Amino acid sequence: MVGDRGWRKQAIVALFLLPSLLPLAAFTLGPMAASFGLSFLKWDLLRPPTFVGLRNYLNLATDPDFRAAVLHTLFFIVGYLPLVFVGGLGLALLLNRRLRGSAFFRAAYFLPVITSWVVVSLVWKWLLNPQSGIVNAALAAIGITGPGWWTDPAWAMPSIILASAWKDLGYVMVILLAGLQAIPDDYYEAAAVDGAGAWARFRHITLPLLSPSTFFVLIISLINSFQVFDQVYVMTGGGPAGASSVIVERIVKYAFSYSAMGYASAMSWVLFAVILLVTLLQFRLQRRWVNYA
Amino acid sequence: MRSGEGLGLTATRPIALRARLSAHHLPIANVVLYALLVTVALVMLFPFAWMVATSLTPDAQLFLTPPRLIPSPLEPGNYARVAETFPLLRFVLNSLVVAAVCTTLQVATSAMGAYAFARLRFPGRDALFLVYLATLMVPLQVTIVPLFVEMRFLGFVDTYPGLILPGIASAFGTFLLRQAFLELPHELEEAVFLDGGGHWTAFRHVVLPLSGPALATFGIFAFMASWNSFLWPLVITSTQGHMTLPVGLSNLQGQYATAWNLVMAGATVSVLPILAVYLVAQRYVVRGVALSGLKG
Repeated sequence: MVGDRGWRKQAIVALFLLPSLLPLAAFTLGPMAASFGLSFLKWDLLRPPTFVGLRNYLNLATDPDFRAAVLHTLFFIVGYLPLVFVGGLGLALLLNRRLRGSAFFRAAYFLPVITSWVVVSLVWKWLLNPQSGIVNAALAAIGITGPGWWTDPAWAMPSIILASAWKDLGYVMVILLAGLQAIPDDYYEAAAVDGAGAWARFRHITLPLLSPSTFFVLIISLINSFQVFDQVYVMTGGGPAGASSVIVERIVKYAFSYSAMGYASAMSWVLFAVILLVTLLQFRLQRRWVNYA
Repeated sequence: MRSGEGLGLTATRPIALRARLSAHHLPIANVVLYALLVTVALVMLFPFAWMVATSLTPDAQLFLTPPRLIPSPLEPGNYARVAETFPLLRFVLNSLVVAAVCTTLQVATSAMGAYAFARLRFPGRDALFLVYLATLMVPLQVTIVPLFVEMRFLGFVDTYPGLILPGIASAFGTFLLRQAFLELPHELEEAVFLDGGGHWTAFRHVVLPLSGPALATFGIFAFMASWNSFLWPLVITSTQGHMTLPVGLSNLQGQYATAWNLVMAGATVSVLPILAVYLVAQRYVVRGVALSGLKG
């Protein structure tokens, strides 16, 4: 009797759980573990794999190709993060008031967020076309000779940063706007009574009380920007001459063009470890500046 | 203190405070504010307008200096041309099939899993939930090589199962729906159990009908994520017969590097469904994207 009920209970749990558990195990957790194993092998998918120990990781450490990709990824982050954060915060501050048309502005600013990276990249590749793009035409109209954008090694990554920041501004804005709206008006009123100016109110009320939202959006943006790929692939393909190669673009290249499955897996794990480390570090540092009221 | 309330409300607050707080909402400040907002709106919307304008530009006017903002004559035939020279409709169909199947299955499997975590008691439940949460931390980039090897072993490279299988469950969806289910009162389910119904009845006839907004939020999110996804379809497809729209578009641009009017026509086609969803269900769209921190 009891055993029968226990069996029934287990069957019910299995019925509800397995449809999500099995796919997650087969297509996320399993590959995750397999990827770690693969990173110690040399395997081109054709011949049987051979165990090479830490060779892949040691090679990565001295591979100028991979080092360049890491540096370009960092360059992307350093350019993109401040741009998208300051821009998104600015927009959120502008829209954080009762304002005729604010629903329209919010919707317009969010539109690029829901557009695919491929479309955004294609549209910006055309806007920034060195010869016939409208951006350089507009610059020419005011007497400036526009750069070669994505065809110029020095401008390829800035072009990608520009398109990426344009796409993600609305995302940062929405998160920070929600954070701003959660700050009670009373604080500002009290500060105004005490004679605090606009800057003082921003510095001592808005920024500290917004810090949980800031923290969230910075973590998400940082994790995402380590994984930058789509816009690089479409706009420059990592070029010209490798000038905008990034980590994920190298993973895809090594795995699916050079069939270096083990080496590509080692790259994946370095990327994962870096993301994990940076996230943990942020969580440690948050105690210093994030203010959970 | 918020503009738009106007001076009519000053009577409800101390006048000195009111004046000080609204100092930066004087008419002139409002003009500056609106000028800023409109400028930014132009920056955000112009690329879309330019995409549509280019898609309607005749070949001969594509490389004019200075470019013509509104092409004349308009050339809607570009859409027919891109569909003729390129399997654009096939890409649209593939994207629709993959997004529809993935969304349906993700919502179904996530809702069931969420019910298990929110309402069933079993050993190891909390630990297992942590494992689900942990998979949220694992980017596709880390699993993509073995995932491809796995699909190759199963014979699913360049097939619909290969495109769809990795997207039939979602840890994020399970997490999101669990939160929603936890907020539902237990009483209604207990009524089901008193009537002799089981968990399946409670799930189907009480929990699901009461969770409409959460299911819609996640469903729309899942559809958009699938419709826009690029990396996995890029890796797993190799022939145009199975490519989804984003992969096909990037392919189109590679083949017709200077036919920007055709490329922009394809891009416009791929934006339309998402735009339609956004206009109809903006609230859910924004919520889903904001909650997930979705990449792409």
